[in-house]
Amino acid sequence: MIRLRPDDDGQRHVPPASDPSWDEQVAGGLDFLRRRLTGEYETDEFGFDTDLTDHVLLPVLRPLFSRWFRVETHGVENVPAEGGALIVANHSGTVPVDALMATVALHDDHPAQRRFRLLGADLVFDLPVVGSLARKFGATLACSEDAERLLCGDELVGVFPEGFKGVGKPFRERYTLQRFGRGGFVTAALRTGKPIVPCAIVGAEEIYPMIGNAKTLARLLGLPYFPVTPTFPALGPLGLVPLPSKWLIAFGEPIETAHYGPAAAEDPMLVFNLTDQVRETIQQSIYQLLLQRTSVFS
Amino acid sequence: MPPAVVLVTGVSRWLGGALAAELARNPAIDRVIGVDTVPPSAELLRRLGRTEFVRADIRNPLIGKVINTASVDTVVHMNISSTPAGSGGRGPMKELNVIGTMQLLAACQRAPSVRRLVLKSTSAVYGASPRDPAVFTEAMQARRVPSGGFAKDSLDIEGYVRSFSRRRPDVGVAVLRFTNFIGPRIDSVLSGFLRMPVVPTALGYDARVQLLHEDDALGVLAQATTGDFAGTVNVGGEGTLLLSQVIRRLGRLQLPVPSPALGSLGRLTRRFGFVDYSPEQMRFLSFGRVVDTTVLHTEFGYTPRYTTAEALADYAHTAPPVIPPELVVDVTARAQQLVARAGSVASSVGTTVHGRLRPAPASPGLRAVRDA
Repeated sequence: MIRLRPDDDGQRHVPPASDPSWDEQVAGGLDFLRRRLTGEYETDEFGFDTDLTDHVLLPVLRPLFSRWFRVETHGVENVPAEGGALIVANHSGTVPVDALMATVALHDDHPAQRRFRLLGADLVFDLPVVGSLARKFGATLACSEDAERLLCGDELVGVFPEGFKGVGKPFRERYTLQRFGRGGFVTAALRTGKPIVPCAIVGAEEIYPMIGNAKTLARLLGLPYFPVTPTFPALGPLGLVPLPSKWLIAFGEPIETAHYGPAAAEDPMLVFNLTDQVRETIQQSIYQLLLQRTSVFS
Repeated sequence: MPPAVVLVTGVSRWLGGALAAELARNPAIDRVIGVDTVPPSAELLRRLGRTEFVRADIRNPLIGKVINTASVDTVVHMNISSTPAGSGGRGPMKELNVIGTMQLLAACQRAPSVRRLVLKSTSAVYGASPRDPAVFTEAMQARRVPSGGFAKDSLDIEGYVRSFSRRRPDVGVAVLRFTNFIGPRIDSVLSGFLRMPVVPTALGYDARVQLLHEDDALGVLAQATTGDFAGTVNVGGEGTLLLSQVIRRLGRLQLPVPSPALGSLGRLTRRFGFVDYSPEQMRFLSFGRVVDTTVLHTEFGYTPRYTTAEALADYAHTAPPVIPPELVVDVTARAQQLVARAGSVASSVGTTVHGRLRPAPASPGLRAVRDA
């Protein structure tokens, strides 16, 4: 007998859990509303509001993740199911949507539904609304104190060492990694003995192709750059719609740091070498993902 | 060895008076001397028990005489004003805080009997800015040094206390950096602010707030006075809340105001003696501040009885809510009942018309073929 679908063998079909009916959904929404109005929810010392993240922020991002960018996640098994780890990724896309998508990927595609604690620049927390939402989404300031505190608390910490140099780079430099800061993230991992997981994100470069930079305007507004894309600011608010590029997110094999010992953080040569190793790994996997992706929008 | 003679400055305020009363109840302590510029209220005076009240200005060298004649061995310095409203303007406030501390320390340095100094400081010395790490430990310093007001005064005071301890290494100095106080009886900046029915906040910002219950503040101060901890320690309750969450839990209404307008609103309310919106207070209400209390638990050896949320709940008993939480619970519960009824009606209609309202379940076993 030739089986048509050999991998189906022995597997009984399990009906998927039915979606909650509309009245259950409305009741859940009312429950959420009651919690919000009476303040009966928990926030941590970094300002992380899990209730808001799970019921508003992640559901808002999910259609963008699955429908608009059709994100494919690879190698989630490289991300530990428990315990702290530092996830180091490339940064791009004019607006840091890549950080948000990686958060959705780790929560929805990882079997342990891990929370991703992002480290952001101080400008993010200086901005009204954006800053407070970022904290509620689990982000905190990119400084060694916060990174080490989160890692010691067994959290999954996300860092983008390129910073604004990565997000605000012109379109012609797409998929080339910028300088990796001063290696502060390696120091944090060494001090806490947590593994570094390199992560490559492909697709974010094309959402807002930055063809120009209005530097004078940026300086006036106090921003690191002011993007000019084919649609922004020419088409006004319509230019804010990101292009629907195809995204791939890949997590590489973890680089263990525990065997170096916490004193190794004081060895600049080791820190430089590890920084370079992480950077090379990410650049290589970006090239591999680009080869896998047949076209930008498919 | 418990102290024999304790001098407490600032006893006419709630916390100072409560500490003096607590120490007076301790039979191991011979004398408790309370000092303040204004006499305590009749009720407070009754509670002070055997505390000897001396009406003296610590800005005046007279304080040295008090310390010498009574041969005080432990000084608890709490006469630090956090708002200009309480001391008659920013000028007198700064004078009381900084010059008063300098006079007191000068007197202590001359008095050979003094062997212990406890300073009631504040976590405001860490400042509040978007460049701050989320949690401050005792070893950290303000990223953006506070430029004025209470925080600057406290930084100066801590500086003078540090130089005092350099000059008198035989004196054990405990610096207690308190977070914001809250409780049913204490009158703090935050408790006055949260008592307003409509609480103005900075639009687009939500501060992380760490609170300390008044009983815990008292417990820590009493233990610091009678114990032998020397050094700096952060004192705050376990856990944090967001400012918006605090306002909601108290059943208050939040009024987000753009930060520039908040400044002029602050000037207006200050004129009427309501609530103080000094620039540093506004920064705190925008960014908040959280401190690490590991040293308090391990080295100092005190575990606060109230967490931040419990302290707030205790305070809530004395601040009747504008929007009662029962009302919210009631309204949402009723709406849920209504929805449930509508849902059951819809499903019964759905079954009678044989699933025309709801799509038929997908036939099992079908799966997309991966490689065609």
